[in-house]
Amino acid sequence: MLKGINASEGIGIGKVMLIEEVNLEYEKKKITDTQAEIERYRKALEAFCKKTEKQAENIKNTVGEKEAEILLGHLLMIKDPGMSSSIEGNITSGSCAEEAVEQVCDMFIGIFSMADDELTKQRASDIEDIKTGLIATLLGKEEVDIASAPAGTVLVAKDLTPSMTSCIVKENIVGIVTEIGGKTSHSAILARAMEIPAVLSVDNAFEILNNGDEIIVDGSHGEVIENPSVGEISAYKDKTLLFKKEKEELKKFLGKETVTSDGVKVELCCNIGKPDDADAVISKTGEGVGLFRTEFLYMDSTSQPSEDEQFEAYKKTVLKLGDKPLIIRTLDVGGDKDIPYLGLNKEDNPFMGFRAVRYCLNRPDIYKPQLRALLRASAFGNIKIMVPLVTCLEEFTGVKALIKEIMADLDKEEIAYNKDIEIGVMIETPAAAVIADVLAQEADFFSIGTNDLTGYTMAVDRGNPDVAYLYSPFQPAVLRMIKKTIEDGNANHIPVGMCGEAAADPLLIPILLAFGLDEFSVSATSVLKTRKIISLWSKKEALKVAEKAMKLTTEKEVVEYLNSVAK
Amino acid sequence: MISQTFTITNSQGFHMRPAGTFTTAMGKYQSSVTVVKDGNRIDGKSIMNLIAACIKCGTEITLEIDGADEEAAMKEASQLIESGFGE
Repeated sequence: MLKGINASEGIGIGKVMLIEEVNLEYEKKKITDTQAEIERYRKALEAFCKKTEKQAENIKNTVGEKEAEILLGHLLMIKDPGMSSSIEGNITSGSCAEEAVEQVCDMFIGIFSMADDELTKQRASDIEDIKTGLIATLLGKEEVDIASAPAGTVLVAKDLTPSMTSCIVKENIVGIVTEIGGKTSHSAILARAMEIPAVLSVDNAFEILNNGDEIIVDGSHGEVIENPSVGEISAYKDKTLLFKKEKEELKKFLGKETVTSDGVKVELCCNIGKPDDADAVISKTGEGVGLFRTEFLYMDSTSQPSEDEQFEAYKKTVLKLGDKPLIIRTLDVGGDKDIPYLGLNKEDNPFMGFRAVRYCLNRPDIYKPQLRALLRASAFGNIKIMVPLVTCLEEFTGVKALIKEIMADLDKEEIAYNKDIEIGVMIETPAAAVIADVLAQEADFFSIGTNDLTGYTMAVDRGNPDVAYLYSPFQPAVLRMIKKTIEDGNANHIPVGMCGEAAADPLLIPILLAFGLDEFSVSATSVLKTRKIISLWSKKEALKVAEKAMKLTTEKEVVEYLNSVAK
Repeated sequence: MISQTFTITNSQGFHMRPAGTFTTAMGKYQSSVTVVKDGNRIDGKSIMNLIAACIKCGTEITLEIDGADEEAAMKEASQLIESGFGE
């Protein structure tokens, strides 16, 4: 079995078609009739543009407008006057057209890949794609004809370029395997948009697999099974049917309320990390965002992001969500993340050190611009502010005082913001859970961060394999922390949410319903499944299950019991 | 020649789509369009050069437009930049 990245879910069973890279070797010759060579280049350019236009049109019809933009971008780049005049300039000084294209494209690839910005770096692969296409056209070579692949084909390539992807006939391709590319690469995005199972970053896939080999692509688990046995094929065929049935069934939950079988309504939101992630929240019908991590603004940058830059990002996100709530967590950094300009020192024990709200309160020069940007963006929708890693009341009241100060400034400057903005505590330390009754007096809402709460409660680094077995939200100690937090929130009439993946765990859901959790925040891909599981439980049954589970004394017993009653 | 200074406010800066919109719009004019960033002079009609210049949100740039239709070109350019490229 080969392992890779699970980039697009589903299972495909079919025959391998290797997508060989076209041999682009050419003879470097000195050109004397430069005018004729320029003509040859222009002809090839025109043919290549036409082909790309057709591919873009094709992808627009089969996949979607947004995906076609990648190729339309290629067109703009090819037609760039700067690029064409450089290429023609190199031809005039004696290079053949192939060499001139290579020189100029390589120069841009060099510039783009040296940029300190991820988006610009990605453009280098676009130019690589253009270079290959242009040289192939000049040499009169055709790329492998993906469009004519027969039904039941699994495409295997080093990398799948957008121009290759555009030729895919959705009905005929049952799977995709590549040697490079991650979850956010072009290939992954397109594979998901076309709903073709894909496993990317499979080492040496090209050498190991042969044309015509029968293989199974498990895009949900990132596994490729070469030459499967009859038994394996029938087992996976069953899984495929089940997967399709499940997916079809989950569609029924699109746009529905999230409600238990006896009519108790809860809120089902999503966790996101970038403004564009809000699109998936809408398409999967999440009811809002329960956690927007803001670290991307700081990690993707070489200097502190300006207040305006942050404001634009928050505004963009909240506008996508309409009137749905958007809980934004303020900067959560510490000595374990390397963000040079924040001036964080390496610490012996970063998880117990100078991080999150502790750091932010100490550095108003960094924290205030973020809070100001959040307040300004609150004029455009339902933004709530969440403070991470609180362990004592003063930290939270400190942040609230800072926000008051900024509000007074904004009033003076006559800048709009939501004066009633809700400010809540992320409950992710045992200290916060234990004083939840105290914090509830000051907070407008709670949100339980199960990952850190589990780690801190059990005093476990889950990255350490020797102790990772202790890391489980089903530990009686962790369940008690969760229960106390929810009960204290409810008693003080503030809503309590949970924004860790545990909120989507089918075993934990009845317990959370029983405790009285108001909001479940999960990844966008888990929304429909979570909504379905909640609909299968009644509050009455959940209460019974929770009562019994809380009497059990070990994690093992709890998990065994919950498995026995799972729906 | 006329020139004007702007601050880029759209969150993506001059990336693929905004740079494409901008260069396509400027391509219509006869005038030369130069974007000056930190002293570097960039051809405002070349999407490749604009992307390579890595102009991010919050960056200050100066536009220098020179030619018969410079007024109209500057008007459209400033509308595009100030509207955040319709992002």
